[in-house]
Amino acid sequence: MSSIRGQYAIVGVGESDVGKRGSRPGVTVLDLELEAGARAIEDSGLRKEEVDGVIARGPQSNFSAILAGCLGLPPRHYITDVGLSGSASATMILNAVAALNAGFCTAVLCTNGSVGGDEGGGGGGDGAPDGGHGGWLRDLSSPFGQIGAPGGYALLARRHMHEYGTTSEQFGAIAVACRKHASLNPNAAYRTPITLEDHQSSRMIADPFRLLDCCPSTVAAGAVIITSAERARDLPNKPVYILGLGHCNTHSDGQYAPNMTTVAMRDASQRAYEMADLGPKDVDFANIYDCFTYAALVTLEDYGFCEKGEGGGFVEGGRIELGGELPVNTGGGLLSHAHASGFLHITESATQLRGAAGERQVAEAKVGIVSGQCGTLGVNACLLLGNEPA
Amino acid sequence: MIGRVEEVNSRPVPVPSADTQPFWDGCAREQLLLQRCNTCRTVWHPPSPLCPSCFSTDFEWMPASGKGTVYTYSVVHHPFRRVWEPLVPYVLAVIELAEGPHMLSNLVETAPEAVHIGMGVAVTFQPVSETISLPLFRPAAEMLP
Repeated sequence: MSSIRGQYAIVGVGESDVGKRGSRPGVTVLDLELEAGARAIEDSGLRKEEVDGVIARGPQSNFSAILAGCLGLPPRHYITDVGLSGSASATMILNAVAALNAGFCTAVLCTNGSVGGDEGGGGGGDGAPDGGHGGWLRDLSSPFGQIGAPGGYALLARRHMHEYGTTSEQFGAIAVACRKHASLNPNAAYRTPITLEDHQSSRMIADPFRLLDCCPSTVAAGAVIITSAERARDLPNKPVYILGLGHCNTHSDGQYAPNMTTVAMRDASQRAYEMADLGPKDVDFANIYDCFTYAALVTLEDYGFCEKGEGGGFVEGGRIELGGELPVNTGGGLLSHAHASGFLHITESATQLRGAAGERQVAEAKVGIVSGQCGTLGVNACLLLGNEPA
Repeated sequence: MIGRVEEVNSRPVPVPSADTQPFWDGCAREQLLLQRCNTCRTVWHPPSPLCPSCFSTDFEWMPASGKGTVYTYSVVHHPFRRVWEPLVPYVLAVIELAEGPHMLSNLVETAPEAVHIGMGVAVTFQPVSETISLPLFRPAAEMLP
């Protein structure tokens, strides 16, 4: 697997204009992904006739083909929808590298977006009334009031607090850091700084999560273009090299997690570190899927930035803020930049590694790590990206 | 994501499938049933058509003790849907059943602030339609055997 390290690169980056839910009335996921996708292609310096792979996620099956048609791309040689909700974005990068490495295509557009939760269904058009599984998962959850994501993640967060003494204030430190970073990001949806007191006084949603532990609904999409490192050298932007990729799935849904506090992130990151021949100490910043504050906290543990159970202490004292030991969610994350099913963690990481992040630039950023996550911490896709090929 | 409170007017009622019909039939009789493999004796939940350990389809539905402990919980304050507004705050919990499997449910007959991880609980059934009763859990003085 190590042969893949540094062989492929992100050469184009695009974000849609982002906003709070309702800020762009009538806008669709397709509109947002077209906006981001067109910007990524223009940014790459490739002609659109050279983009022959498309990986996207939307609220119906065949979404990638619809998107490609709207962009007027040439006949595509690799096209697929990815339906892994919050893991979809980072998984697209794994799929793109696999398709490029297999020789199916030569330049891939990956894009994902959200209009704030009303788009329905997962990416694969999997809207069968019984979920395609006879409804057992739904029937063993929603009648008990497990609706939406907060309750499920709250169950895992509570268990972590029980086992390790993690506190709500420590969750709050993540919310505060993300908002601080978003305040420096002109394309973030929530830019007004917050304090720990704001977090502690925000209303309870699903204990232990307060409102400011939960990412808000936003309108946003992101997109990147990936091609070979060799081709990237002839393109105008500084290539952002893909150094390591890892995937792991440990459980179907939170309540069925065999271990609630060590989750899919650990094995996914170990595989990415091995491919990249890097370790946590080599990482300059982390853009970690943060649908809820706790999701980021446990991922930082499982990614090896601190010991298991020490995530609460790790995130305190400014350590994860810009200028700290490990800046986390440098664009604001899902908590304050925008949801976009995690795609903006990828565009933000690429922007940092180009040295183009303006006021929020991480000094001497050479290696960044990205987490995409879904299934209540049961599915993780981990990316290691760098500004040098090895 | 925290969105708007959806305009949904009825609490969801399970619709049994071929895989879950025996489970819900048991609940209607106030009996908590779990699948047990006749080949390797694994006991599992949620219901599925084959043993997750050995893939055997030779299994039986065994009556569970209905006893367990709270493995983790969340007190839900935001109703998410209109129908839950009169019910908040309610306690969502994962119960570690005496037989081993985990089961998502609600804790009832207790103040939310009295709930703690490790507390002993026992099943109780709440009818929600003519044919469906939900298996809920209440505090039980008697701890796990």
